[in-house]
Amino acid sequence: MQNDVIMAGFGGQGVLLIGKMLAYAGMHQGKEVSWLPSYGPEMRGGTANCTVVISDRPVGSPVIQCPRAVVAMNLPSMEKFEPDIKPGGLLLVNSSLINKEPSRKDITILKVPANDIANEIGNPKGANMVILGAYLGATKAVELAEMEKLVEETFAHKPKVVEANIKALRLGYELGEGAKMKKGAA
Amino acid sequence: MAKKLMKGSEAIGEAAVQAGCKLFFGYPITPQNEIPEYMSHRLPQVGGTFVQAESEVAASNMIYGAAGSGERVFTSSSSPGISLMQEAISYIAGAELPVVLVNIMRAGPGLGGILPSQADYFQATKGGGHGDYRLLVLAPWSVQEAADLVQDAFDLADYYRNPVMVLGDGLIGQMMEPCEFKEGRVPCKPLPPKTWAATGCKGDRPTNIINSLYLDAKELEDHNQKLVAKYEAMKKDEVRFAEFNTGEKADLLIVAYGTVARVCVTAIEDLKAEGIAVSMVRPITLFPYPYEKVKEEAQKAKAVLVVELSTGQMIEDVRLAVEGRRPVHFYGRQGGMLISPEEIVAKAKSILAEAPAPPLKRETKREARNG
Repeated sequence: MQNDVIMAGFGGQGVLLIGKMLAYAGMHQGKEVSWLPSYGPEMRGGTANCTVVISDRPVGSPVIQCPRAVVAMNLPSMEKFEPDIKPGGLLLVNSSLINKEPSRKDITILKVPANDIANEIGNPKGANMVILGAYLGATKAVELAEMEKLVEETFAHKPKVVEANIKALRLGYELGEGAKMKKGAA
Repeated sequence: MAKKLMKGSEAIGEAAVQAGCKLFFGYPITPQNEIPEYMSHRLPQVGGTFVQAESEVAASNMIYGAAGSGERVFTSSSSPGISLMQEAISYIAGAELPVVLVNIMRAGPGLGGILPSQADYFQATKGGGHGDYRLLVLAPWSVQEAADLVQDAFDLADYYRNPVMVLGDGLIGQMMEPCEFKEGRVPCKPLPPKTWAATGCKGDRPTNIINSLYLDAKELEDHNQKLVAKYEAMKKDEVRFAEFNTGEKADLLIVAYGTVARVCVTAIEDLKAEGIAVSMVRPITLFPYPYEKVKEEAQKAKAVLVVELSTGQMIEDVRLAVEGRRPVHFYGRQGGMLISPEEIVAKAKSILAEAPAPPLKRETKREARNG
């Protein structure tokens, strides 16, 4: 069993962070994991992405050309990675910032108004946590409880941030869990 | 120490510290800047010294000098920076000093690009500087292996009094994976006291002189032969490789090193699902090279495929190993482009579609005759 995902967005949207958290939580759950950032030259405000693999067996290629899932936090990310998703795979779209409709019909598309949800709960920086929760809800790549524990550890010195981020994670998770997955989806 | 998720570059830095390295001299270059960054804050914690030199030329001569004191010393760089260090590396090899060099390869030639590459294989294994010398070259394929090999590199460098290079690519430097440093690690070689070190003797022992200049031809030839004896001992005792799916007859043998070999493993599993048997030998030491193992496994396969992030460098060692007994094919990407499992699967299938079955019977006879 392997879950792999490319998480992409603007620099500053926290996609590298949620990728790392996913890898950490996977490791804590006893899985084999790898986290690979894109490190090409980028301008400020440009795109950032990372590839995370979570597997029951040692990770083969840490480079995934055709991922089982893509988390797109902004439009350039969706346009770049939507064509690469494995047939039957999953695309999470941050619908707060992406107005364009994805074009693929052979994948599950999960629209998550990540920024709107984060704003509603008074945690505007937590959009990445919402979409991370949605990814977990849809794929069960790692257990929500494991991720919550990690959030508590990561932000141990800021109890308010812990609370706000766990709330964001859970709201995302519910959305992801309710998603109707196409057959063979990630 | 428990398992931690670490970037390859950080794991390499921590491994050096765990190995007792107290001195780092270097100059920044992408994609390995996290190594000097890590050393810059970590070394002072253990009473060590970090120096950002004014150039790679200076840094490499600083490690030459520091190694002469007998301290464990280390530098890291990436391809163009390693080129600048070649003069000092040749001197260090000539003066028989133990240093550890890390090259996180980027695409070349020239300044090239900053993305992963394996195009420095020739430079690393065939002597990048002048004169007859060899580096012992170790090639990790994961963050954990990078950490383990860096620690071994210090032991091997001390044991052979020879520079040891850890050759990784940009992926090894940038990737995060679980990594563990075990307590109570035992050195991989016996470590005799460094009686040769220039430590200041105040007249209570003969002076130790560290030098690579031998103006007398016979004396230099003797020195060359002494170095050769060392390289021969490495060939005998230090060859390391990993194998995958070997043992049985295979349709194809893949030879690949470093992170590329991981992509090959994924491809091999995909091919297996389609009923195609592919084995792999992954050299871990690039010098000394596992010629015997590659030869042995090649003879169990119909053909050999070498996969590299270069235009074809290690393939020359594979051809030497195979001795013309099997066709040797190549698949490579350059410029920082990476290889996907799908590309390897396609290449393997196209080779097998065109490969005639080797004349096994006749060849067995000929091999028997050749002893």
